[in-house]
Amino acid sequence: MGSFTDTGGDIKFWPGNIVVAEAAVAAGCNFFGGYPITPSSEIAAHMAMLLPRNGGHFIQMEDEIAAMGSVVGASLAGAKSMTATSGPGLSLKLENLGFGYIVEAPCVVVNVMRGGPSTGLPTHPSQADVMQARWGTHGDHPTIALTPSFHQELYMETIRAFNLAEKFRMPVLLLIDEVIGHLSEGVVPPEPGSFEIINRIYSDVPPEDFVPYDTSNGDIPPFRPYFDGYRWHTTGLNHDHTGFPTTIAKDVEADERRHYRKVTEHRDEIDKIEWFLAEDADIGVFSFGSTARAAMVAVKQAREMGIKAGLMRPLTLWPFPNIQVNEWTNQVKKLVVPEFNLGQIVYEVERSVHSDMPIKRITKAGGVPIAPAEILAGIEEVA
Amino acid sequence: MAFDYTPYLRQEKMPHMWCPGCGIGIVVKAMIRAFSDANWDPRDIAVVSGIGCTSRAPGYLNMNTLHTTHGRAISFATGIKMHRPDKHIVVISGDGDASAIGGNHLIHAARRNIDITVIVNNNNIYGMTGGQYSPTTPLGARAATAPYGNLEPSFDLTKLLIGAGATFVARGQAGNGRQLSTLMKKAFDHKGFSFLEVVSNCHTQFGRRNKMADPMNMIAWINDRAKPLKKYEELGESQKDQYFPVGVMHEDLDRPEYTETYQALIDKLAEQQKEAAAAK
Repeated sequence: MGSFTDTGGDIKFWPGNIVVAEAAVAAGCNFFGGYPITPSSEIAAHMAMLLPRNGGHFIQMEDEIAAMGSVVGASLAGAKSMTATSGPGLSLKLENLGFGYIVEAPCVVVNVMRGGPSTGLPTHPSQADVMQARWGTHGDHPTIALTPSFHQELYMETIRAFNLAEKFRMPVLLLIDEVIGHLSEGVVPPEPGSFEIINRIYSDVPPEDFVPYDTSNGDIPPFRPYFDGYRWHTTGLNHDHTGFPTTIAKDVEADERRHYRKVTEHRDEIDKIEWFLAEDADIGVFSFGSTARAAMVAVKQAREMGIKAGLMRPLTLWPFPNIQVNEWTNQVKKLVVPEFNLGQIVYEVERSVHSDMPIKRITKAGGVPIAPAEILAGIEEVA
Repeated sequence: MAFDYTPYLRQEKMPHMWCPGCGIGIVVKAMIRAFSDANWDPRDIAVVSGIGCTSRAPGYLNMNTLHTTHGRAISFATGIKMHRPDKHIVVISGDGDASAIGGNHLIHAARRNIDITVIVNNNNIYGMTGGQYSPTTPLGARAATAPYGNLEPSFDLTKLLIGAGATFVARGQAGNGRQLSTLMKKAFDHKGFSFLEVVSNCHTQFGRRNKMADPMNMIAWINDRAKPLKKYEELGESQKDQYFPVGVMHEDLDRPEYTETYQALIDKLAEQQKEAAAAK
């Protein structure tokens, strides 16, 4: 894979997994804890090559659980850390992902989705982990998950994943799938300095006054990595602003609600939607990730047939764009929701829509992606 | 002058949550003495734990302390050590946490020879959850989940760790705090992965079910079986079953430490990049 970074010229022809690794390093990632799993493994392999060349650290841990643990540990020590996995691996990581949420450790978790459940279809794509991404780890917690469709976008969304993780002090999921991960496509990596890099805000109080979850100035507590004069306690137990465990109901509830507010009160900074031929559409197609590539073709073909179809393509899938979906229903007359699973995100669409508007499901399993023709047929059916 | 423990303790968190007579207190005290003997500044130490009674120790220590998920302390510690190889990383864990649910991390950290010290308070039982049998519960001993006696053979943790490649392996006993802090100091000074098993007492969960409800009975049961390694080796094979060896069981100063090996790679690649740039 070394040749990818060594070739001259501005345009790179990279598989999506390489795009993720390159963009992560561009975003300042300096720690990667991984474990081999198809179809995400190229991300780890490329990070193993890139990171030591940039003074960072790559480690292949003994299992998926340890990989997630190492990522949270490195983050608490100040690293911009990341891991990458695929369906069954995310299942294993979930407990430590939840730990990352409760201790508010910024990090990025890439899930290159494949068929499931269980070992499923390791070398074939799916979009069947979207609910695992949202609700997989136990307990209440907000989720940020990004679902880019194209490689240039994937590069920028990987950087955005780090920025959101750092800004809101929480793990952020980058949800792609085997199609995106293995498909090669042209990318122009932006010049360093031409894009925004956000780093977590450091507390500037002296060590003796440092309070690890000080929310007196807002819902996002300023961070301080371990060491260099600072020392603090971190626990997966519910804790108060001092970082020490508490079982006082009102404090626990207040803290859990604060975690939610980090996302719910900053939707304008987190939400991101790409619209395609949407402004005058009668038939609204809602699609994300690799399936949105096919949906875009189908919408174009529908237009050629005289059907006014349009596409809403969320780059931020979680938090779900419920308000934007509902607003669109003031304009479109019907919705079509293609997703590469047996019906998951359509439930979110359905509960976002406050009318009895017909919602056409297009679902699929088996490892062969949804083709434009299948989406077009759905559009024609409701048109 | 009496030793001052206060710089190392979060006294405002006292009283601690352990049962009266628990061996963990002795382990924590020995740790503090060893931190001092090793000249470690508490601000440069991270103590990482998993879940269980022993894993609550970090809360009382005034340093960077990370109370993680069940069994996973070593993986978090590995991330910290990789990013800050200049700092001191200690994992404190119980027998269930370290050798059952966390067993995979334990052997692989040993194999890597990463410079982390793992201290396992082995009280032969899952204490916090109510006395279930652990991988170190003796064969035949009773536990909440072994009402007819434990049917499973137990781990010898020191042999497991030597086999896994740990470059410092020692065993001590809760009934001998002075020896414990000496062994901990050696473990802290060791460059590479170091492991210390502390044979300890849980009279509440193990003792009560095995006719040793009084902590002193359990401490005596442990002390009576502990033999310094040399004396243990002189015992006849038939006697060895009745005792366990204590002291430094294994030390290897030749194997490279993992974060140093990684730094050498970073340095080598930087040198190559510099040469390549100069050649252009």
